[in-house]
Amino acid sequence: MSGSPLRKERPEGASSPVLGWPKRPPSRPRQASWRVAAWRSSGGNLGRTWPVIVLFLPPALLLFTMFVILPMGEAGWYSLFRWSGYGPPTEFVGLRNFAILLGNSAFRTALTNNALIILVSLALQLPLAMWTAMLLSHRIRGTVTFRLVFFLPYVLADVAAGLIWRFVYDGDYGLIAALAGFLGFGPVYVLADRDIAIYAVLAVVVWKYFGFHMMLFIAGLQAIDNSYYEAADLDGATGWQKFRYVTLPLLGPTVRLSVFFAVIGSLQLFDLVMPLTGGGPSDSTQTLVTFLYTYGVTRMRVGFGSAVGVVLFVICIVLAFTYKRILMRHD
Amino acid sequence: MFRAIQAQLSRCAPLFCIAFAASVASASAETTVRMMHVDPNPKNVAVWREIADQFEASHPGTKVKLEYLENEAFKAKLPTLLQSKDAPDLFYSWSGGVLKAQAEAGVVKDLSKEMQANGGAWAKSYVPAAMNGVTINGKPMCVPFKLSVIGFFYNKALFKKAGVDAEAIATWDDLTAAVKKLKAAGVTPISVGAGDKWPLHFYWSYLALRLGGEEAFAAAKAGKDGGFTAKPFVQASTMVQEFGKLEPFQPGYLGTKWLDSLGMFADQRAAMLLTFDDSAKRQVAVAADGKGIPLDDLGVFPFPSVKGGKGDGATFGGVNCWAVSRNASPEALEFAKFLTGKEAEQKMAEAGMIIPAAAGADVGIKDPFMKLFAGRLAKSPFHQIYLDQDLGPSVGRVVNDVTVEVVSGAMTPEKAVKQIQEAFELEK
Repeated sequence: MSGSPLRKERPEGASSPVLGWPKRPPSRPRQASWRVAAWRSSGGNLGRTWPVIVLFLPPALLLFTMFVILPMGEAGWYSLFRWSGYGPPTEFVGLRNFAILLGNSAFRTALTNNALIILVSLALQLPLAMWTAMLLSHRIRGTVTFRLVFFLPYVLADVAAGLIWRFVYDGDYGLIAALAGFLGFGPVYVLADRDIAIYAVLAVVVWKYFGFHMMLFIAGLQAIDNSYYEAADLDGATGWQKFRYVTLPLLGPTVRLSVFFAVIGSLQLFDLVMPLTGGGPSDSTQTLVTFLYTYGVTRMRVGFGSAVGVVLFVICIVLAFTYKRILMRHD
Repeated sequence: MFRAIQAQLSRCAPLFCIAFAASVASASAETTVRMMHVDPNPKNVAVWREIADQFEASHPGTKVKLEYLENEAFKAKLPTLLQSKDAPDLFYSWSGGVLKAQAEAGVVKDLSKEMQANGGAWAKSYVPAAMNGVTINGKPMCVPFKLSVIGFFYNKALFKKAGVDAEAIATWDDLTAAVKKLKAAGVTPISVGAGDKWPLHFYWSYLALRLGGEEAFAAAKAGKDGGFTAKPFVQASTMVQEFGKLEPFQPGYLGTKWLDSLGMFADQRAAMLLTFDDSAKRQVAVAADGKGIPLDDLGVFPFPSVKGGKGDGATFGGVNCWAVSRNASPEALEFAKFLTGKEAEQKMAEAGMIIPAAAGADVGIKDPFMKLFAGRLAKSPFHQIYLDQDLGPSVGRVVNDVTVEVVSGAMTPEKAVKQIQEAFELEK
């Protein structure tokens, strides 16, 4: 029983080097018959995999349909209604929710903020993560401790991190207040200033997530064979050259993955911002998701909120797929 | 009885009816009234429990179950919960726009018949302000149990330091003069939690109420005189903007949360706070030293009047009530009546929990400040509910948003009222 269908087919297939491989014309027919073999073998396997499929697919498929596919479809449907969440949605408004959304200045702020967060993630957070990773990837005493320290913020719950930084930024008692006092400035209220608050949020975002990317990079760096560096040394490469022509190309897949995580994570930023600023002052720190929450959920405008959700979904899908298609196709 | 069995069955279904036999046996003996509330204070819940026990004793076969949900979770879950078979019989409500949406969707019971029976005996057992507050489209949709009033609390010691006499603050101009004096004495005049937005909307709403009175709000809601772009509202916006220019609030007030502002007041770092009637108790709970301002040093005065205004004496605050869900049992209704009856409400008032909605129960109030506010409420010609409740969550939050913008000088009064009016029209 075990593995027998596969074994039976092997001799018939072209993949067997013993039977007639040299006589056959190269490449194409070989591929074709290999495909046939694969198809046949999977057909033969189906009898065995059937119980597995029956047992394991339905729960996952059911959960996925119920909690992912269905709500997505429903959100799309609700976004065409003016609906408070009570009773069935009846007031069809077409695309009006989307029109209102585009005219909403807080939504535009949220969009630019998200763009800013992505930008900072890419231009500041990833280089910082890369730099610390290069410092800490060597097996020297003490690096483990530092890795832990830098990774710790990532382990922390987002809400807790938001609350902690609220205290840090507090203009009367916070760390920033003490610092400002020490340097002889008057008290500064970072989170109360429309123009500064978003940068305060950005700082926390970088602080919170660079450790995660650093860990990814460390793993990537440790996978690079040391002999490359030895060869480069023999050729008299400088530190920069080693980084530019050895490290960076070999770290490529990790970097692309890291960028992917950073972009998608930035789009979903929510629970860090809520305790920190709640999107304020004057909506200056709204992100797409906090905007959805404040303007959709708390205002009982489920239809409008769904429209925001649809827009967010489209942005995520477009970014994710084009990115995977174009930049990650080799990984 | 049958309904109770059904309820038990539907509840045990997800548990694959493990306890099927047992629940049928117990259900056949009694009806359960489920009441869902948002009060995290065990002392308050104990008072309710005591009243519920009394009710159970006098109504054999009825059990009362008090169920707690955290405030935000409660608000988020309620729409789903009320439309499911698992809806509680009675649930906490702030009346206003949310209740209206629930009433229009038919998930709460219209109490007209029961309240108007016997010449309206049940309806008449509450003070008029409370009944007005729970009346939606002319029909009572909720059982009122609590009123609240917003007014100024002040710190007598800090006022003395700045040489300000609170008794003399009668008009808005008096208040601005007091603010200037306090500032000159190096005291932060007022703490406000503008980071949460709604504490600042008290100022705008109260000013609009003082300027235009009941008629202004009625006219705006009816869409007359340009709705919320009418004169009293523009004027209120201009006044809060000018007030904001005096910098009466603590530095960084735009980022301060409500609880922090209460804490500042309790820690004697600000002289005034525009807040709820039961704040004497609240400020003790959040004070850094656990004591707060001593009662002797605490004073209150009503929101000042405005020259030429039409709303003197009117009050601004809230009404809380128990909404009855559509499938509630008659026993649940009976319990709601019992819980908000004079006797029970007096007990709650004695415990310092509420300004009662039941007529005559206010004799039980012991907190001197709540007593003052209750007295004002009793004389009030018109009690305006919080605008974020009254106008519905959507328009109400726009009011909150623009008040912050106007006070901080980021938006003109004209643009602010226009935004409110646009939001209001969108809701219709």
